[in-house]
Amino acid sequence: MKLYCLSNDPNKPCHILTFREITMMLDCGLSMQSVLNFLPLSYVPSNRLLNLPTFMPNDVDPDLEGELKENGDRIFVDSPPEFCPPLDKLVDFAQIDVILISNYLCMMALPFVTEGTGFKGRVYATEPTLQMGRLLLEELVSYIELCPKANIAFQWKSFLHKLPYPLSDSFKPKSWKQIFNLSSVNASLSRVQMVGYNEKIDVFGALQVIPASSGYCLGSTNWVISSDHEKIVYLSGSSTLTTHPKPMDHNALKNADIFIMTDLTQTPISNPDSMLGVLCVVVSLTLRGGGNVLIPCYPTGVVYDLFECLSIKMQDLGVAQCPMYFVSPVSDISLAYSNILAEWLSSAKQNKVYVPDEPFPHAMLVKNSRLKHFKYIHSSGFSTEFQEPCVVFCGHPSLRFGDVVQFMELWGNNPRNCIVFTEPDFDYIEALAPYQPLQMKVAHCAIDTSLNFTQANKLIRDLKPTTLVIPECYTQPPNAAPNVSDYIIETNNERNLITYKWGEVINLPLKRKQAQVYLDNSVAQKIMPIEIKNGLFLSTITGSLSVKDNMHNIQDLAASALGRTQNYVKYEWGSVNITEFMQKLYQEGFTDAKLETIGTNSYMIHMLEADTIIQLDDNNTHVLCNRDDIIRTKIRNVLMQCLRNF
Amino acid sequence: MPDIKLTPLGAGQDVGRSCILLSMGGKNIMLDCGMHMGYNDERRFPDFTYITQDGPLTPFIDCVIISHFHLDHCGALPYMSEMVGYTGPIYMTHPTKAIAPILLEDMRKVSVEKKGEQNFFTSQMIKDCMKKVIAVTLHQSVMVDKDIEIKAYYAGHVLGAAMFWVRVGSQSIVYTGDYNMTPDRHLGAAWIDKCKPNVLISEATYATTIRDSKRCRERDFLKKVHECVDKGGKVLIPVFALGRAQELCILLETYWERMNLKAPIYFALGLTEKANNYYKMFITWTNQKIRKTFVQRNMFDFKHIKPFDRQFIDNPGPMVVFATPGMLHAGLSLQIFKKWAPNENNMLIMPGFCVQGTVGHKILNGAKKVEFENRQIVEVKMAVEYMSFSAHADAKGIMQLIQYCEPKNVMLVHGEAEKIAFLKDKIEQEFNIKCFNPANGETATIQTPIKIPIDVSLQLLKEEARKFSALPPDPKRRRTLHGVLMIKDNNVTFMDVEEACKEAGINRHIIRFTSTVYINDPGPAVSTAHKLYDIMKEKLSQWTVTFVEGEISVESVMITVEGEEDDHKGVRVTWTNQDEDIGSFVLNLINNMGQ
Repeated sequence: MKLYCLSNDPNKPCHILTFREITMMLDCGLSMQSVLNFLPLSYVPSNRLLNLPTFMPNDVDPDLEGELKENGDRIFVDSPPEFCPPLDKLVDFAQIDVILISNYLCMMALPFVTEGTGFKGRVYATEPTLQMGRLLLEELVSYIELCPKANIAFQWKSFLHKLPYPLSDSFKPKSWKQIFNLSSVNASLSRVQMVGYNEKIDVFGALQVIPASSGYCLGSTNWVISSDHEKIVYLSGSSTLTTHPKPMDHNALKNADIFIMTDLTQTPISNPDSMLGVLCVVVSLTLRGGGNVLIPCYPTGVVYDLFECLSIKMQDLGVAQCPMYFVSPVSDISLAYSNILAEWLSSAKQNKVYVPDEPFPHAMLVKNSRLKHFKYIHSSGFSTEFQEPCVVFCGHPSLRFGDVVQFMELWGNNPRNCIVFTEPDFDYIEALAPYQPLQMKVAHCAIDTSLNFTQANKLIRDLKPTTLVIPECYTQPPNAAPNVSDYIIETNNERNLITYKWGEVINLPLKRKQAQVYLDNSVAQKIMPIEIKNGLFLSTITGSLSVKDNMHNIQDLAASALGRTQNYVKYEWGSVNITEFMQKLYQEGFTDAKLETIGTNSYMIHMLEADTIIQLDDNNTHVLCNRDDIIRTKIRNVLMQCLRNF
Repeated sequence: MPDIKLTPLGAGQDVGRSCILLSMGGKNIMLDCGMHMGYNDERRFPDFTYITQDGPLTPFIDCVIISHFHLDHCGALPYMSEMVGYTGPIYMTHPTKAIAPILLEDMRKVSVEKKGEQNFFTSQMIKDCMKKVIAVTLHQSVMVDKDIEIKAYYAGHVLGAAMFWVRVGSQSIVYTGDYNMTPDRHLGAAWIDKCKPNVLISEATYATTIRDSKRCRERDFLKKVHECVDKGGKVLIPVFALGRAQELCILLETYWERMNLKAPIYFALGLTEKANNYYKMFITWTNQKIRKTFVQRNMFDFKHIKPFDRQFIDNPGPMVVFATPGMLHAGLSLQIFKKWAPNENNMLIMPGFCVQGTVGHKILNGAKKVEFENRQIVEVKMAVEYMSFSAHADAKGIMQLIQYCEPKNVMLVHGEAEKIAFLKDKIEQEFNIKCFNPANGETATIQTPIKIPIDVSLQLLKEEARKFSALPPDPKRRRTLHGVLMIKDNNVTFMDVEEACKEAGINRHIIRFTSTVYINDPGPAVSTAHKLYDIMKEKLSQWTVTFVEGEISVESVMITVEGEEDDHKGVRVTWTNQDEDIGSFVLNLINNMGQ
């Protein structure tokens, strides 16, 4: 059993697991850190961005001219943004049998893996994962396609060593790719087979895969992969906090032989609840001061909780008249879908549909116009509806594309406005770099509900896996807090700990010792157990074996040509008591038997008349008999009386 | 226990009060708990005294499964759980859990408040009963206890309708409830995988019908409504609040829009908006088309269909009215019927099945006069049309489902006796499987082969596989697995003999026999060996006989020829005690050759 690590970002995981000749991809995350190195894409040409000075390191190829721009101390690539897809050198994607998707944030690389690679396998995901994942992919593609760029910069990748930090530190820029198009997205998603929580999925009869609720977002799952006797748990984005999704299912994850854990919190230092509190305060203060609030976000997920909390807080603090705008190409679908996925929600939200009421209050907020949604900033109706001060939710959290770029240009110079970072995926200082110098206030309230290290350590103690497999970085404190040992996964003598990093292939210590067969009733009825010692029985079995879909069935064996079936084969055990044996031989008429001692418990018996020599030791008896079979059978019977069998 | 026992308490060779007791692997499960609309006495509910004469049912029933919210499938549930007494778990899908209590309350009101029935369950009982319900989602595997596993499949029919697969040990059944194999205007078609249950319990409402295309029936329906309205007539369509009603509404709504008709359509139920809300929220249970378009346009926001008021009954001019209940057995639909029936311009369209004993059933059978409890006689002059919109599988659909899931036996319920008998013959002929059709209170006992799962050492399997694949391919060669079963502290493991001895802590004692026989055969030893090899191959055709370096071997039996150029050859045969049969057989064979 092997584990391949194809992603360098533990929060956008992508692994390959091979077991019982099945190749399984665990998650298909797309690392987007690369886009921070690119200039923002604006719907309308921004003079400020166009006029940024060109950057040219000394003595390099003149072809590099125009590829790089400089803002402050940062260098940006002037090109459509590129993404770092999963490593394709270790495994041929055409060989993948199954892809398991844990949540909609871990599937953004799916078109890179399934399209144009010869991939023929199946993709499993829950219904919300598929629907919300589709929204994220469509939004991403539409943001980038709306701002086509004439030139694609690539020369700079050959001169990394001449470029300043952080561009010089870019991770494998030559493997970066342009975004896929919408038809690849559709083709890729059409391969997804929807599954429900606790649905048992059979993989070629060899493995069973079960999705278990992970409590992180709508439809998020952990995966339990098992064969007859082995249990592997793959834990991706999980949360023990109570928000809108169905709570995490702990029971299914217990006592795994192998426990692979990834996608822990990206903000180990901050607590999501207090961050939400800070956010509410910042928003109301800004609105009261007549400023606008910009919240860069994904079109689904925590944003639903933000609508709910903020609307209540704004009411309490008397700024409820300020509208909230939700701008995304998929905003309408996201709001509508979230309210029809009741079966995937927390029981509090679920019970609302029995009334029947919408599970999320945002349907109500839309009805009474406190929340307004638009596809784009340039959609019809937006400019007439738009009133300040207000709160705007829009993408993309990287600030490199999407409507947020326009709002940055619009509001960046006013110190009364405020941008609030809630999504933990991008470093906010890096995200803001191309917009500097900025007048607007910046608040950092990253809300990451996934497991923190304390929760993860407790979880592992409760679930008691035999072997724990984690990314190497979880054994070292994060860069932000290098001296705090709380932010690591504990090591413990009770279990093995194995770490991995990008590009590695790990052997996992799981040796299969047992499998399962199905005994037919007719075979079972012939079992005649013999008690060997107290409570221990043995019985021989022989049956005809049929193997189909990796299932082993044992049926009754027809009688052989010699009239008996092998089912009557018995095995002798124990040692022959030599005195007893000699006596019995004598009684049976072998009066001339002579005993010769060869060594400890090793004897030779000579019987002239029977033309027979018998060699005996503790575990063997050899009868060399050259007379007729009647004599030999007699000796055999005597011997059998002196041994036990089963 | 190698058999499965199935006893219908209702719906055995009948339609109404579906309730089937399933007993397998020592577990008892109740499938559906419906009421019969045709009766007002105790026959209305399934006869639970079959289970126990008195006292609660909890000790005798491990769980209850409800397939969908129609009252003939869940109507007796509060009676069973609150009045007879049952505190165990009840399973149903989320939409069923949401909608069933509303229909139960509706029915309770009609029965108690309108008909003044005594000894009926109360509103509080419905609530208490629903607290015992555990909602399941499609395809989710639910462990009821450590032995019972259930799984729901999409059944079409109505919102939230499900077929249930139930497994105890190695035995399994599928109970279809009501299902529909063709997608309709708002629901998809039933689907099941090849789960190969021991028994498929299928409804057989339309056991003998093969319906014409749905489109024709729809066109027919619209034409008749249109003609009637054109003449200034009134159209009454009795429906249940949820289900068919929504489908017909979608149909009429689009037709009215297309034809630009002005006659009003009413939906006589305060519940309309609420009912449609359920459809909106459980849109994942509707068909592909509605799911795809719901963000842009909600199919259940009707423009032409308005709420009905009782006063409208006597309004002049044409109108179309949807009224509950669907079988004209009580309530508003019956009230409107009494008013409109004597006018030949009016029309009654019955879109669903009517159980025996209801007014609807009488009229559909051609009754021209209907007498009511209070001696009131109503003449039926209005046109009466039966349009089967009821989403049940027809004979073709039932056969299709059998093909999908490949059951080893079929049991038919929820259909009229003769029709079921006809389909039973057809299934037995076509699939060559047994088909059962017990009447209410009769038990169908179905023998099932048992397969016992046991752990096996991988070494044993791999060794067999290695030997098997080392041999030249031969499709007729059977594979055999031989080993030792070890039973220790309730653990049963299958392993090879060496492992077993090691695990048991005993030393195996190997007995070998060697005999030498002298035969006359001139020529080199090798040619003698070859001759022997040919004979062995012929005589021991069931075994694999090999010949390597002058040594012939069959299992553990080894034959070697000694003496080079002599005429007199010694043939040495040696074997272990386990192959005594072959060993002595070979020895005798060679002995006979020597003589």
